[in-house]
Amino acid sequence: MIALLLRDLKLAFRAGGGFGLGLAFFLIVTVMIPFAVGPQSSLLSTIAPGVLWLGALLACLLSLDRLLALDWEDGSLDLLATAPLPLESVVTIKALAHWLTTGLPLVLAAPFFGVLLNLPVPGFFWLVISLLIGTPAMSVIGTFGAALTVGLKRGGLLLSLLVLPLYVPTLIFGAEVARRGATGMEVQTPLLMLAGITAATIALLPFASATVLRINLR
Amino acid sequence: MSIAAKANALWEYANPRKFLATSERVLPFFWIVSITCIVVGLVWGFFFTPDDYKQGSTVKIIYLHVPAALMAINCWLMMLATSLVWLVRRHHVSALAARAAAPIGIVMTLIALLTGAIWGQPMWGTWWAWDPRLTSFLILFLFYLGYVALWEAIEDPDTAADLTSVLCLVGSVFAILSRYAVNFWNQGLHQGASVMRAGAVTGADTEEKVSNIFFYPLLICIIGFVLLFIALVLYRTGTEIRARRIKALLARERVGG
Repeated sequence: MIALLLRDLKLAFRAGGGFGLGLAFFLIVTVMIPFAVGPQSSLLSTIAPGVLWLGALLACLLSLDRLLALDWEDGSLDLLATAPLPLESVVTIKALAHWLTTGLPLVLAAPFFGVLLNLPVPGFFWLVISLLIGTPAMSVIGTFGAALTVGLKRGGLLLSLLVLPLYVPTLIFGAEVARRGATGMEVQTPLLMLAGITAATIALLPFASATVLRINLR
Repeated sequence: MSIAAKANALWEYANPRKFLATSERVLPFFWIVSITCIVVGLVWGFFFTPDDYKQGSTVKIIYLHVPAALMAINCWLMMLATSLVWLVRRHHVSALAARAAAPIGIVMTLIALLTGAIWGQPMWGTWWAWDPRLTSFLILFLFYLGYVALWEAIEDPDTAADLTSVLCLVGSVFAILSRYAVNFWNQGLHQGASVMRAGAVTGADTEEKVSNIFFYPLLICIIGFVLLFIALVLYRTGTEIRARRIKALLARERVGG
């Protein structure tokens, strides 16, 4: 398991692995927002929590089609499926690797982008916390979407169409935590709901992803 | 004993030939009764009920809105059931019925959203509000789109049936989750609802408040829509079965020639 994780991490970090692309996309979205809505700092600080959450979500989405497609193309996915490791563990490791290479950098970068959008000071802490709890769910759900569309030639756009509705609950509760945190309101309820969604998706969705992957590898 | 026999009899319709024969026999009945119900319900509702004292004649849009919204949700439930049957018992008719139902669900969702917007414009003063119920219908619409797109994208019919079935199961869980998330989100956003939002009447609310004058034609319309949905699903499933047969025949011909 650890060998597989290390392999995925290495592949992501080395040239052509696409590490940092998500981060760059997140930066560009953040820079484009003021051009679109105007530079008034009061307006920016109102929309900052939601916009940062949406930016992180889209950046996460962008990297999903590489998650399994490369292994599918060179045939290593078939080998992994016949390996003694259960396919459920394989997809969990894949999701973990995706989170470490995409989700975690987004979480760490979010406060700096928050400065660009004039995020209110108490919002920084809750933005990082909510992203830290929410991004694992995005990786796990995204792995399910990637497993669904792995056999398709041009699955990228379809993947977005399938995965975005599944992201709705995570986005709602995550952005709610960040927004409430930024305005100094009580955050406990959405925070617990967000954590619950993440825990449930991590516990259950790998089984669905593995089932779907088995169907695709048939 | 007899219940078990009946349950076994139900599975006989997993045989496409038997399904086609029976559905062709009952289809005319469903077409005639459903269209009669809808015509009677709509004419009764539009011309023989008084205008609401507050809403005027706009109240009459519920004869389309409520049945369509009802069927939009029930269609997804039917797809969920048939997907489960496909995954467990591998009956092709079941998978094809789910495939046949999805576009009907899309149309029903669209009818509900559009009639709601047309009613909302004079009543709330806006075509669209991010009310929880409206929002969850929009999300349901997106789920339908993804489901149909996945069916269309995969060439191998059995793989497509498997993948869409799993998507339907997972999607159902997330759809329910979204419904509650949206409820929470809107309350969180608009504490102390404004007057307009308090008037954002939900389907269930109208039903409770509707007086008997409006209720009977509405009931007839709902029955009509349910029967129309059944007729459409039977018809479209038959089409899917035939399309697959044609494909098999063509393939055989190519191999033979």
